[in-house]
Amino acid sequence: MNGRWIAFETIVIKEIRRFLRIWSQTLLPPAITISLYFVIFGNLIGPRIGEMHGFNYIEFIVPGLIMMSVITNAYANVVSSFFSMKFQHSIEELVVAPVPNHVILSGYIAGGVARGLCVGLIVTLLSLFFTNLHVHNLGVIVSIVILTAILFSLGGFINAMYATKFDDISIVPTFVLTPLTYLGGVFYSIDLLPEFWQNLSLINPILYMVNAFRFGLLGVSDIPLGVAYGMIIGFVVVLYVYALLLLKRGVGIRS
Amino acid sequence: MTQAALAIRGLTKTYGNGVNALQGIDLEVSCGDFFALLGPNGAGKSTTLGIVSSLINKTDGQVSVMGYDLDTQREQAKRNLGVVPQEFNFSVFEKVGDILVTQAGYYGIPARTAAQSAEKYLKALGLWDKRAEQARHLSGGMKRRLMIARALVHEPQLLILDEPTAGVDIELRRGMWQFFTDINREGKTIILTTHYLEEAEALCRNIAIIDKGRILENTSKKSLLAKLQQETYVLEFEGGNERLARLPDPRWTLRENDTVEVVIRKGEGLNAVFQTLEHLGVRVNSIRPKSNRLEELFIHLVGKDAKRDAQGATI
Repeated sequence: MNGRWIAFETIVIKEIRRFLRIWSQTLLPPAITISLYFVIFGNLIGPRIGEMHGFNYIEFIVPGLIMMSVITNAYANVVSSFFSMKFQHSIEELVVAPVPNHVILSGYIAGGVARGLCVGLIVTLLSLFFTNLHVHNLGVIVSIVILTAILFSLGGFINAMYATKFDDISIVPTFVLTPLTYLGGVFYSIDLLPEFWQNLSLINPILYMVNAFRFGLLGVSDIPLGVAYGMIIGFVVVLYVYALLLLKRGVGIRS
Repeated sequence: MTQAALAIRGLTKTYGNGVNALQGIDLEVSCGDFFALLGPNGAGKSTTLGIVSSLINKTDGQVSVMGYDLDTQREQAKRNLGVVPQEFNFSVFEKVGDILVTQAGYYGIPARTAAQSAEKYLKALGLWDKRAEQARHLSGGMKRRLMIARALVHEPQLLILDEPTAGVDIELRRGMWQFFTDINREGKTIILTTHYLEEAEALCRNIAIIDKGRILENTSKKSLLAKLQQETYVLEFEGGNERLARLPDPRWTLRENDTVEVVIRKGEGLNAVFQTLEHLGVRVNSIRPKSNRLEELFIHLVGKDAKRDAQGATI
């Protein structure tokens, strides 16, 4: 077997083993949080809101909630794992080894995607207790969820490269990721917003992911599907190249 | 001519804060050598080894490992290198066995081969019983041995040991010395940095002394020790305290009752010392060097360098 493939596989297995070992911190909390969303917004408040785009409120928000859990968990996995390695200096194990930068990056992305998909699957299964899931286009569902997980894994990786203390890895999720997710059309259609806020929402990349995923499940979206794919793929390419550049320069990992 | 396991040419490093840690050093370590790189704190040892290990970016110069250039043939160079760093740098939440197998995986070694290699080195270093334990449960000495096993799991040709026995008790240290000697005999080249100079004297064949980013000496241990101009011995004796105290020779210093230090110049021999003592009617119970020979030479060389700098500053 190719040495680089073995190195990639090693990183991925290590990452998966890590988040499974600490399942009570990685897999359980999103399941509980999202279940509460289902109960409160779906069963208690949802019936009073009525329909949105022709669907019950809970049916409308399920795609957004699944996507929200994929985004936050893919990001959190990479940022916490890579920063912990820096903090414990165990990143040196990788730096001294003959692992090319693109293999390191791909390994961590794959780890983030694995956790994102794991949590996404748990949330999807939980949602079945509250509503029936439609599948409008399986290809769109799978491709969008994977691309989104890749994108936010890359974001987490870049955050971890720059981070010098634990505070630095919580700033972006708290002050950037959470507001963007909540304002990214998870709980509402942007059609409900005044024109100014609709236009402002269009600069939020999460809006495109949530809507593309919602299209895959329900067949409705505020955004054209092609634009959503273009945006997500474009961001992935830019962040991948940037992360590789940071690794080459050794930002935060080499003096 | 023997191939160089490590060849360094004109290596310089200037840190972001302007500190010139290395000022164009040249160094060559032959294959199969047991080589010591010695120097006081902040001399440039760790920077040199950090650059060789790819943990520090160099400012200028060339480094090659087993003939592979670190800039242009990085993967091959790294494949031949094993590093035991000064500080513990493994995930303490990982199991001992997993740490080794994972490290081998980074070198592209399949899991089955990695497991066999891990078993070999964990057994050799007395950690096999701990393979299923998380690394955080190991003692300090065990953690040091774990880092040695990890550095060897991919069977490198060149092993860098950056203070591998720091904080390790003497019995364990001796065991580690034997292990290093054995793997060196089997053909691995070893570069050692240590503050225990008796360790370097006991293990190494060639020695370089670095200070303030410059190589002060780079020669065989034999040639280096031949430069030692004098040695101090400590003698314990019975009777004759008063007579020894009155000795006019400044090379004799009475330290406490029944203990005297005497400085012996190169080529002088110990016969004259015993004759003097016999003449004074003193019976010698024991004799030992005050410090290890390499330590005396090290202090002499580094001290001379500091004095030269001070004079330069005055001028």
